[in-house]
This record gives sequence, C-alpha cells and structure tokens, in this order.
Amino acid sequence: MTESESARLSRTKANLARRALIYEHIRAFFKERHFLEVETPILAPAIAPEEFITPFRSGSLFLAASPELHMKRLLAAGYERIFQFSHCFRRGERGRLHNPEFIMLEWYRAGADYTQIIEDTEQLIISIAAGLGVENHETIYQGQKIDIRPPWPRVTVRDAFLKAAGWDPVAGPDSLRFDTDFVLKVLPSFSPRRPTVLIDYPAPMASLARLKPADPLIAERAEVFIGGLELANAFSELTDAKEQEKRFREAIEKIKIERGQMMPLPDKFLEALPHLPPCGGIALGVDRLVMLFCDASSIDDVMAFAEEAA
Amino acid sequence: MEIEDVKKNTKLIIDGVLYNIVDVDFTKPGKGRSIYRLRMENMRGGGVIDRTYRSGENVNEARLDTQNEQYLYREGDNYIFMDVKTYDQHPVPGDLLGIKKNFLKEGMEVVMLMYGDEPIDVTLPITIDLKVIETEVSTKTATITPQMKSSVVETGYRVDTPSFIKVGDVIKIDTRTGNYIERASTGK
Repeated sequence: MTESESARLSRTKANLARRALIYEHIRAFFKERHFLEVETPILAPAIAPEEFITPFRSGSLFLAASPELHMKRLLAAGYERIFQFSHCFRRGERGRLHNPEFIMLEWYRAGADYTQIIEDTEQLIISIAAGLGVENHETIYQGQKIDIRPPWPRVTVRDAFLKAAGWDPVAGPDSLRFDTDFVLKVLPSFSPRRPTVLIDYPAPMASLARLKPADPLIAERAEVFIGGLELANAFSELTDAKEQEKRFREAIEKIKIERGQMMPLPDKFLEALPHLPPCGGIALGVDRLVMLFCDASSIDDVMAFAEEAA
Repeated sequence: MEIEDVKKNTKLIIDGVLYNIVDVDFTKPGKGRSIYRLRMENMRGGGVIDRTYRSGENVNEARLDTQNEQYLYREGDNYIFMDVKTYDQHPVPGDLLGIKKNFLKEGMEVVMLMYGDEPIDVTLPITIDLKVIETEVSTKTATITPQMKSSVVETGYRVDTPSFIKVGDVIKIDTRTGNYIERASTGK
C-alpha cells in the first residue's frame, strides 16, 4: 500500500531541515573564501553535447543538464571565484541515487587545477561535518563508519582498474567495458572506511578537461566517492577553444548516430573560451551529499517531491 | 523494447524463457552509460536470476493477452478454468496460482493472463466473500482486545478470524494477503 503524501512529507521533514542546514554551511564556506554566488539559465539555446547525458527539450530550448558552460563564460569575463546551486535535468536517470531533476553544486577557481579543487572539496566536507556536529571526523553511512579526515586516498583510474578488473583503460580505452566494470568491479573495491578520489581518466573520457601536459593519454579529471556514492566530478578545465570545438563536434556526431538527435554547437561558449583563464572546477551532487549526512539510502528520502511524487 | 523502458512487472523473453521483472536497479556513472541490473523471476518454473544491461541494449518484451475465464473444478493438483467465449478448458497447476488457489469458488469468473495458449497468471478481485464451514468454539470471555481464532471457509482455506465468527457467517478476505477483513453477513 502506498504511503499518503502527508505521511511521506512528515517522515522526510527532519532530512529536509538538515538539508537546509547543509546549504547554510556550504554558503558560509564559500563566502569565507570570497566566492561569489551566481545563477545561470536553466533554459538555454545550447548545452554541452555529451554522449551519455540525454537532455530535456522545451520548444527549441534545452533544460540545463549542468551549469558548466555559463559558469565558464563568467570566468572568461573575469569572475575569479564563483559557486552555484543549480537545478539540473537529465532524461531517463531514475533510481535509488538518481532523479531526473536534481541539485548540483558547482564551483570554479581561476588559477587552480583539479588537485586544488579536490582539496577544496575535502575542506568543504569536513567543514559541513563540523557544522553538523559530526564528532571525530567520523560520519556513519548505512552502518559503516567513514573517516573523512583529509587527505583522502587518491587512486589513478589505471591502478584501480588493473587491481579490480585486470585491464588498463588508459592504454586501451574501451568505454563500453569501462562503465560496466566500473559499476560491478571497481566501485565495490573502494575502501568503505574512507572517501576515495579517483584521478587521471583516459583522455577520451573527459570532454571538457585539459590533458596532462606530460602525458596526453590522460585527462586531468577526478571523481570523489564516499560511502559508495559518486559525489563529485572535477576537471582542470580545457581552455583550448579549437580542441574544445573538435570534441563537441565529435560528440554531436555520435549523438546524431546513436540517438538520432540533433544538438547545436554551443557557439557563445566557444566564443568566450579563448578568454577563459587556466582554472579548475567541480560539480557536486547535492542530493547525494545530503543523503550521506542524513544516512539516507535513497535520494527520495532527501527530496520532498521525487519524480513519481512531483 | 529498449532497456530504458523496462519497469517492475514488465514481462520479457530471454533465451526462450518467460520472465517477470521483480526489480530494476539503475546506476550510472555521471559521465558514463546507464547500467540496469534486472532481477527477474521465471514465470513458469520459478527461480530468480540477475542480469546486467547497458543503455542502448534491446530486450524482447513478451506479448501477453488477458481473457475472461470461469473456474470449473479442481482435478488433483490442477485447477480447471474455461474460456467463457470459446469454452476451451485450461488446466492451471496449483503452484502457478500460489495463495490464490485458496479463494477459487466454482463458477466464479476471473481474468486470466495468457502467453499464447499458456495460462500464466490469474487475477482475482482484491476481496472475496466466503462462507465459514468450521470454526473453534469461542471462549466467551469479554476482553477489550478482540481474541482471534482459527476458522475454515468453504474452499477449505484456514484463516484467523475474530472470536465472534460462527459457522454459516460469510466473511470478507483479502486475496492478496489471505487475511480476514470483516464479516460480510451473519449466518442463520
């Protein structure tokens, strides 16, 4: 029998109160570090074409799947430290950790690279935990104690895959095998007692990231995992407009062939890109962050109106 | 059909076997493909298996039809139903009916789920009224919490009922859980 709406919302209330508190701590964290809170369009004529992210369309416009391109346009205009809570929309993404509409926290810093952005993330998480009164830097998620003291262990994609799946995705990229092995073998191999930062992705798997100057097979991309939750994705941002346009065109072609959908080239973003300073940025799933600190097993427990209830 | 459209209770044919999807676990690396881990139950022999699919893969949906059938009688472990249009008879094994076999009254109409000529499942009304044919004598002690006792209804099914139920009473039973709901009418 399905629970009534008022019973469900009463049950979720404590989590929603904690969610509001987490927002306050996040805003305080960035304010202290002189980041400007910004807002960018949810409805836009072009979004980053990504092979495995299906957007919602509204007339000739798109609902934002991420605020990344607009935030980089602000950086290109001289905004050096910015952050945003943004509603993002991705078609077909529904499960225990997914809702088609979700909240992303993104921040960008001029002059930084992905390693510094990951350090920001470590500081942000321990600052939220302290604000919530989490003792001894030890949070409990789904029965498991997690020691969140930085620095969090870094592991390269190459080493993680060699150990858990027996092959090297950098030497021989295979995106089909990558995703399945990642979900079924690599993610379950991470220590449950510590956050894990997975770094240095195969070059073809980070269309908006810069390649490592010393090793062009590797993209400067990092992902943060805590308690089995994929929490955030960071890049040293690609600032080469020619290279970016080439990658976009390749993605647009793949989307046309595989999904039969036409995607426009994000012209205004590409025009601004030559002015983008070297910078790092990250996208963090706020709903999952709230799940972590509410010890919630499903995203439905930390939002008032998940898809079926909306 | 596309894997994206598979939901709980979708029926699929995989390697010639008919499965009912009991759970869909969706995971997706942020920038990667969607991964669907399906848990499915063999609709003929029972047994549960897990299978993993990626976005873009296709699966065969089983085309199932429904038809109205009348329950006739029991023959050994088979329950005999008849298509009300064609008068074709279909024996359905008790295993396939599960708890539902306890609520079949001769002559009652049900909706039968068919895969080709093969009965797959029977849909009953959510509640059914059945006459009590046997019950324990209640110990007439007045208490605030109602005492429960064991009773047997006309189909031979044994159910816990309140102590005030007598032989000849008609009671309402939830066919999904098999639980007593209320007394529908009192026997003479």
